[in-house]
Amino acid sequence: MIMARPKPIEEIVREIKDLDKVLVAGCNGCVAVCEAGGLKEVEILASALRMYFARQHKKMEVGEVSLTRQCDREYLGELRDRVGDYDAVVSLACGAGVQFMTETYDKMRIFPGVDTCFIGVTDEKGVWSERCQACGSCLLATTGGICPISRCSKRLLNGPCGGSSKGKCEIDKEVACGWQLIYERLKGLGELKRFEQPTPPKDWISSREGGPRKMTKEESRL
Amino acid sequence: MRLTYPSSIKIVKVPCTGRVAVIHLLRALEKGADGVFVAGCMEGDCKYQLGNIRARKRVEYVRKLLATIGLEPDRVAMYNMSSGEGPRFAEISREMTEKVRMLGPNPIRIKGVEKEKAA
Ligand code: SF4
Ligand code: SF4
Repeated sequence: MIMARPKPIEEIVREIKDLDKVLVAGCNGCVAVCEAGGLKEVEILASALRMYFARQHKKMEVGEVSLTRQCDREYLGELRDRVGDYDAVVSLACGAGVQFMTETYDKMRIFPGVDTCFIGVTDEKGVWSERCQACGSCLLATTGGICPISRCSKRLLNGPCGGSSKGKCEIDKEVACGWQLIYERLKGLGELKRFEQPTPPKDWISSREGGPRKMTKEESRL
Repeated sequence: MRLTYPSSIKIVKVPCTGRVAVIHLLRALEKGADGVFVAGCMEGDCKYQLGNIRARKRVEYVRKLLATIGLEPDRVAMYNMSSGEGPRFAEISREMTEKVRMLGPNPIRIKGVEKEKAA
């Protein structure tokens, strides 16, 4: 899922300090799972903002809502009758959700309440790590199910590099070398011959290098 | 055993301190409490294993959050004691009340909101 972390409250205050009424809008999708932007975080941020402004003797009404998802119009539409009551929305969805909110309510000021970080997994409660960079043509079949794009710091297609030491990456002793992981995994599967054939250069056009991406599934369209 | 603790304290009973969420602590303050303390069992003695550890982390989180919104972190605290320690509870209640009294009234208290403290 998409991982995010709450923005520092000072940053949010800076954006809304001259307004009178803001709606804090959470998303019950990815950002709720990584405890950054679900209903719980909406309640916490709204309460903190109310107290902050009360302390400053500044009038500020803070509304609370959390949508099923902010990346689908049907859920964003639920705010149609409500959003006009506010001066701005602080959206706790990922960057995609914030932008879709902006597109849906184009007269509203929409501010991000989280920093969107990566696509990843829950390692343990409270710990998340990156697994995929949405490169657009998945290589996992040839790398033992471990992604060299997101787990090798240099995104090498043929690793490891000389910076790999005792299973760790040269950028940080805490970071596993993605290619060491791939090696161990392929060894376990008896597929080390994979290393005899170098992977040809990847066509990065399907990744961000090709510009903003779009996808259509004809049979799903109405 | 008849023990007295400050009458300004309002006790909110929870099955385990693990039930105390960040928002509960914030709401108590937002609604006008001068301070809140969580009274948990001794660490290592939680019937649900980690309830009091979780509560401690949430209390720490709230204390940090308070600093960022201009409220004194000491308005929120975590104490650990066993359920058999009535006198200790009374003592902590007095200690916390004193600490909060030194900080003065909750600056965000809106007029008319009743004074309360949750334990
Ligand atoms: S808006 Fe973002 S965070 Fe929310 S469900 Fe969609 S992708 Fe996930
Ligand atoms: S190869 Fe590409 S699509 Fe597959 S996991 Fe890695 S970044 Fe994601």
